[in-house]
Amino acid sequence: MATAPATLRRTPLYERHAALGAKMVAFAGYEMPIQYAGIVAEHRAVRSGAGLFDLSHMGEFHFTGAGAGAVVDRLVSSDVAALAPGQARYGLLCNERGTIVDDVIVYRVADAQYLMVVNAANLAKDRAHVLAHLGNDAAFEDRSLGTALVAIQGPRAAEILASRAEADVRGLPSFAVTHGNVAGAPATIARTGYTGEDGFEVFVSNDAATRIWDALLAAGSEAGIVPVGLGARDTLRLEARYSLYGNEIDETTDPIEAGLAWTCRLEKDFLGRDAIAARKAQGPSRRIVGLVLEGGVARHGHEVTADGRVVGRVTSGTYGPTVDKNIALAYVPTGISKVGTAVAVRIRGRDVPATVVKTPFYRRPE
Amino acid sequence: MSTVPDDLRYSKEHEWVRADGEIATIGITHFAQEQLGDVVFVELPEKGATVRQFSSLGVVESVKAASDIYSPVSGEVMERNVKVIESPELVNDAPYGDGWMIKVRLADKGELRQLLSPADYRSHIGETAGAGGD
Repeated sequence: MATAPATLRRTPLYERHAALGAKMVAFAGYEMPIQYAGIVAEHRAVRSGAGLFDLSHMGEFHFTGAGAGAVVDRLVSSDVAALAPGQARYGLLCNERGTIVDDVIVYRVADAQYLMVVNAANLAKDRAHVLAHLGNDAAFEDRSLGTALVAIQGPRAAEILASRAEADVRGLPSFAVTHGNVAGAPATIARTGYTGEDGFEVFVSNDAATRIWDALLAAGSEAGIVPVGLGARDTLRLEARYSLYGNEIDETTDPIEAGLAWTCRLEKDFLGRDAIAARKAQGPSRRIVGLVLEGGVARHGHEVTADGRVVGRVTSGTYGPTVDKNIALAYVPTGISKVGTAVAVRIRGRDVPATVVKTPFYRRPE
Repeated sequence: MSTVPDDLRYSKEHEWVRADGEIATIGITHFAQEQLGDVVFVELPEKGATVRQFSSLGVVESVKAASDIYSPVSGEVMERNVKVIESPELVNDAPYGDGWMIKVRLADKGELRQLLSPADYRSHIGETAGAGGD
């Protein structure tokens, strides 16, 4: 049976990426920049100065009404009920089996208004999941297609954004959110990110995306700001040991083995709570660990071996430009998950020595 | 520097050969390193190993992916570039210079005729004649 060719969506910043000479790839149904100048150079720019990301493919769900807080609190594993207006929190959407539907950030953008940012690849699934548990006490709106998201990340991000924002961005605490104009366009500004650096995520309507993008690139030119693609976004998040949905977490993994127990407030009622509590009491049979390899780059799907026997699997692996090591995350049996344990990663038939290390691989200087 | 030097022969898989008597030096092209992006790991055969024309001789890994290097000629490995193993970024910085991979003793010089000329390689990668560049 013939199927129509899948057409890729473009973000409002597509023309900018083309003009900047980006290499484009298909990602979550979008044509997205994977790199501009090069992954390592972009990675270093974010660690030392600033980088600008187009994340307009990500999903934005809005919950409003008197019952919005309770609805989101029941959907998300973390303590959303404790959020004051202007605060944000990372958490998980789980199913009744206690496995992970998606990882999200919830922003209480106003008293009875919550923004949930979800992964683009999970958008349709998440929407169905949310609608199935919404009830009648809150209104739900998926504004993903009309919302652009530009992230500015790095030690110089605050000063660059401050020079173009009519809001106290320097004084904004980590995981806080506010409203204000950026480059003259109304924006929701959050001090959140996925790089291990200080930084901000700026939500605007599609028609303001290029204005904000251009303004921040110009404002940051002296500070060495560069556009950053999905390639460096992945190496940055991996050094900082942030989970990537589809790699570390999915509907076959639970928060305990994924090292995300800290996101689960078991004292409250949320979807998947009972299964997760049981898993925690039982103790996980496997765990995610950090690995450093000697002589080879681990990749998603590679086998982890101990004494020549396959014991686990790599979820993500790369060369980490800042730590200057070949790093990986992998599921291994709990018995060999201690820091310092010697294992190996099977790369092209050869067992490359690796050591279990403490994560994150990179922590930004205070 | 031209992106396709005139004194080399090329494979369709984007390796180059510099033949000097019995000895041939092998590397990957400027085009190849540009496609790969930042090279972070290189795996090469040891001295004394045998490589066969158009078979894998090793692997080059960029941040994003691993790719085979196919040997453009057959022969015995006389030397492998230890510097490129220690500093894989040489593949990006100097693909025709310090970023070379191995030197082999040619088993059959006739194999060189099965490789692309600089002009043919330029059209293979869609570069118009004379449009050297960086």
